[in-house]
Amino acid sequence: MSLFALLIGVPLIAAFLVFCLRGNGARNVIVPLASAVTMGLSVAAAVKFFGHPEFFKLAAPELPMVIMALDIIAAVVILYYTLVRFKRPWIALLELVQLGAVFWFEKTVGHSIDIAANIAIDNFAMIMVLIVGIIGSLIAVFSLGYMEEFQKEHRDVEDRRPFFFFVIFLFLSAMFGLVISNNLLLMYTCWEITSLCSFLLIGYTQTEEAINNSFKALWMNLLGGMAFAIAIVWLGLEYSTVELSMLVNLGRSSEPVNLAVALLVFCGFTKAAMMPFSGWLLGAMVAPTPTSALLHSSTMVKAGVFLIIKLCPILGANHTGLMTMFVGGATFLFASCAAISQSDGKKVLAYSTISNLGLIVCCAGIGSYEAAWTAIMIIVFHAVAKSLMFLSVGTAEQQLESRNIENFDGMFCSMPRLSLCMIIGICGMFLAPFGMLISKWAAMKAFVDAGHPLLLLVLVFGSSTTLFYWTKWLGKITAFIPAKENLEEGIHGVQWIALRVLSALTIITCILFPGISQYGVIPYLEVTYQTNMDVIARSNLLIMSMMVILLVVLPLRFGKGRKQKQVVTNLAGENSGDNLSYRGAAGQTIPVTLRNWYMEKWFGEAKMKLCGFILCGSCLLIEFAIILGGAFHV
Amino acid sequence: MSYITKSPWLVHYDGSSCNGCDIEVLACLTPLYDVERFGIVNTGNPKHADIFLVTGGVNTQNLPVVKQIYEQIPEPKVVIAVGTCACSGGVFHDCYNMLGGMDKAIPVDVYVPGCAARPESIIDGVVKGLSVLEEKQKALAVPAREKQALREKELEPEMAINKSQEAGK
Amino acid sequence: MSEMVLNIISGIAYLILAPVIGGLLAGLDRKISARMQRRVGPPVLQPFYDFFKLWDKQPIAVNEAQRFYVFGFLLFVIISGLFFFTHGDILLVVFTLTMASVCFIVAAYSSNSPYSQVGAERELVQTMAYEPMLLLMALGFYLKCGSFSIDTILKAPSMNFIYMPGIFIGLSFILLIKFRKSPFDLSMSHEVHQELIRGVITEISGRTLAMIELAHWYENVFLLGFVYLFFAWSAPWSPALAVLMCLFTYFSDVLVDNCCSRVKWEQMLSSTWLVTLVAGFVNIMFLMYMR
Repeated sequence: MSLFALLIGVPLIAAFLVFCLRGNGARNVIVPLASAVTMGLSVAAAVKFFGHPEFFKLAAPELPMVIMALDIIAAVVILYYTLVRFKRPWIALLELVQLGAVFWFEKTVGHSIDIAANIAIDNFAMIMVLIVGIIGSLIAVFSLGYMEEFQKEHRDVEDRRPFFFFVIFLFLSAMFGLVISNNLLLMYTCWEITSLCSFLLIGYTQTEEAINNSFKALWMNLLGGMAFAIAIVWLGLEYSTVELSMLVNLGRSSEPVNLAVALLVFCGFTKAAMMPFSGWLLGAMVAPTPTSALLHSSTMVKAGVFLIIKLCPILGANHTGLMTMFVGGATFLFASCAAISQSDGKKVLAYSTISNLGLIVCCAGIGSYEAAWTAIMIIVFHAVAKSLMFLSVGTAEQQLESRNIENFDGMFCSMPRLSLCMIIGICGMFLAPFGMLISKWAAMKAFVDAGHPLLLLVLVFGSSTTLFYWTKWLGKITAFIPAKENLEEGIHGVQWIALRVLSALTIITCILFPGISQYGVIPYLEVTYQTNMDVIARSNLLIMSMMVILLVVLPLRFGKGRKQKQVVTNLAGENSGDNLSYRGAAGQTIPVTLRNWYMEKWFGEAKMKLCGFILCGSCLLIEFAIILGGAFHV
Repeated sequence: MSYITKSPWLVHYDGSSCNGCDIEVLACLTPLYDVERFGIVNTGNPKHADIFLVTGGVNTQNLPVVKQIYEQIPEPKVVIAVGTCACSGGVFHDCYNMLGGMDKAIPVDVYVPGCAARPESIIDGVVKGLSVLEEKQKALAVPAREKQALREKELEPEMAINKSQEAGK
Repeated sequence: MSEMVLNIISGIAYLILAPVIGGLLAGLDRKISARMQRRVGPPVLQPFYDFFKLWDKQPIAVNEAQRFYVFGFLLFVIISGLFFFTHGDILLVVFTLTMASVCFIVAAYSSNSPYSQVGAERELVQTMAYEPMLLLMALGFYLKCGSFSIDTILKAPSMNFIYMPGIFIGLSFILLIKFRKSPFDLSMSHEVHQELIRGVITEISGRTLAMIELAHWYENVFLLGFVYLFFAWSAPWSPALAVLMCLFTYFSDVLVDNCCSRVKWEQMLSSTWLVTLVAGFVNIMFLMYMR
């Protein structure tokens, strides 16, 4: 237990240290140290608790007070920003109502509720701890180099790096607290703190666009928080419990807890940017890259799906499950289609994130053993590969002064090591034999066993469109344009550390897939579902691992073989000689420009958003009406 | 066995002609003459071709183009100049921009005269070109050791003579 | 003889015989097309002459990377086929095939030439068009036979086609794309035709081009294997019927090739997805509710 106190405490202390000691030198020491310690602690916790799930009571009478205090502090900060600094009274109202509800609940009913366990440690929570600990630490280290360059390039942005790192470490602390809590009030507090961190980080550059987008993220997340608060109040009043595990047990024994579950799922939707709440994630791309990598792809949005997966056993054939499946599936398909028409690298990554989260949510909604296995595996692989992608794109943006994919061509020659990291990231996102593909394979099996034909349709079309935009990107990077100069000099050593470790992790997690499944995920599912089976046959998983090894070994053959005579590309005989321009009409030399297809008419962002929003929005309204009707029937 | 004569792929380029010979070349592909029965395929791509079938002459604008297409064709390759324009410039010979026949730009292996050259002549020319192609293929296929020996003989005759004298001893 | 030994022998047979069969099919295709056009046409062994001629050409290239990617394409096509013929998991076959297609497309992209680029984009749209149907086919087999394993599918108690006619229509439709036949030969057309000069393979030459031909032969053989799965079941005479149906499918595709002209990518994408929805998905729904 002390391990977890350390896990939450170390980043918190690091946050305050970084904020108080404002010098660059101090920061360059504290951040790597704190990151290394956090990483070590996460691994230690995982090693200790993997396979040994436990519930901790943590019987401290001060705990409710601490939770309330944190809630009030967070509320004060939000009110300061929404009322004093910027005029957003409605958002302030949203926060006040939530605070009031939780406060009233705690004062009247809450303190008399007997709590069996405040903390729940199981394999799933440990997997999340590993993700937050390892990926979060790497990104913090990366930020040292990245933010230095960022501030140099953007002289008009105030240098608030101490504040930046303070929020990052505060966020890590809150995430650790979130994934281990069983007490819904504790989880709620951590949830709100992560929303606050996201808000603060999106608005870092303090441009008008950034401020508007940060408030958009804030109100959407607060809306979810409101649902969370109402769920806690309702559950406490009806069933006298504030524990997540109790809720799951109640649901399993067919108690009518549908309303609470639906509200919690809705809260997860807003955090995980499901349609129609996906706008905030896209807007959040104005934030500096480490924010996007940490919060908006690997960890904070995973908190949303974490909650939904925890509720997995009681979703499925009921209305909440149907709502989850439908919203998740529609989001998966339409976000994937929308990504095809985007050329801004970060927007493609954002849509891809939303799409994959939609798939996780859809699997969680099905609620079967296979679906839960798939959902957790996707979380693992997506977190690693997506953070790698964001870091690579951020680094490339700094070197190339653009994050438009059209400007990435020839990267293979001008920035070979960076493009290799990016290639590994892209392959890790959709290609066999990497982990995401295996998860899609399992998803197919799970969907077909669940007996929902529409979901199958969503899955097959979503997979195909996913293939399209990733391969397009891959092709752009691998275009062979012999470079005049190597653009990699400006990249800091710490950035390379993060990039290389994440690349290695992408490959290693794929090779170790059978092990992760066997020792990580299946024990959790065994406890939750009281059954044990292989979703994908062990032999197939081994074949995939071997194929990953083959893919790693194969590039050693690159460039070997018979000597080839170099010739120019076929530009109808008018090639100027360097493949980069040709002799045009009237004696002009015209440069060769190649552009990918975006198919605006078919997959335009506006069209896809409209479809997705209408479908998901109407589904939410209808299902909530049914569930509310059911709740009041009693 | 030389497969190149069984599967000669050609790329066709028109330098500066009236297109009459081009139409005759296309006629060869039609069912009446059907050159595909010899395995001949009109790929438009120099990188895939063995035979460079040119019509029309060379002028100042297409000189670099013809050279570039020729360079993109992998060995072994033959050039067949079809029509009088490709052989010598034809009726356009004295024009201000014309440089002459195709041999002003690239080495030509077979000349097929005619204005326009008939499909039968063109096919005849291609068949002659195939025998040139086969010889070139044989030259390319000489094993490396023999080539090295031939080179030694040319460059250092004394050494070669000494070696054979020693071997004789 | 144990199952595993039979599977291994089957895999080795595939490795050795598939290029021969693939080449013969390609040769027959050209001969029959010629006869349909009232020509004599090349000898049936012509594709092999082409292959060996390409093998001996001078090695030229626009960059070092292409040969590597094409080698990857060949390797993964052979691996896919081996998975299929050793009676592995049908979804694994489809996914490895996707990997091979991506290698091929990246090979075209790497040349940075306009013709290759447009060819690669079209090839990518083609892949996006047929992928749903291929996946639905695998799912259809799972619903009918209860497993993704090809072993189980081959031992099914009844002919698969009877329960999956819509999926079979869908498969035949996308085979037109996979075999690179009109009306869907947008990215590259086979030897005798040109599109965008040569589309994806414009900048590829010599031995590398020969590898692509070889990979297409391997691929064609195991794609016909998918057709085989529809018509073979536990009855001992069914393999003969299945082989007949494979040949029938292949030659009707040749017929369609000669009758149709190339369409634009929009029409290809919309018609393929429409057929996937109407024929494939309705069949899947039927299979799901029949369970």
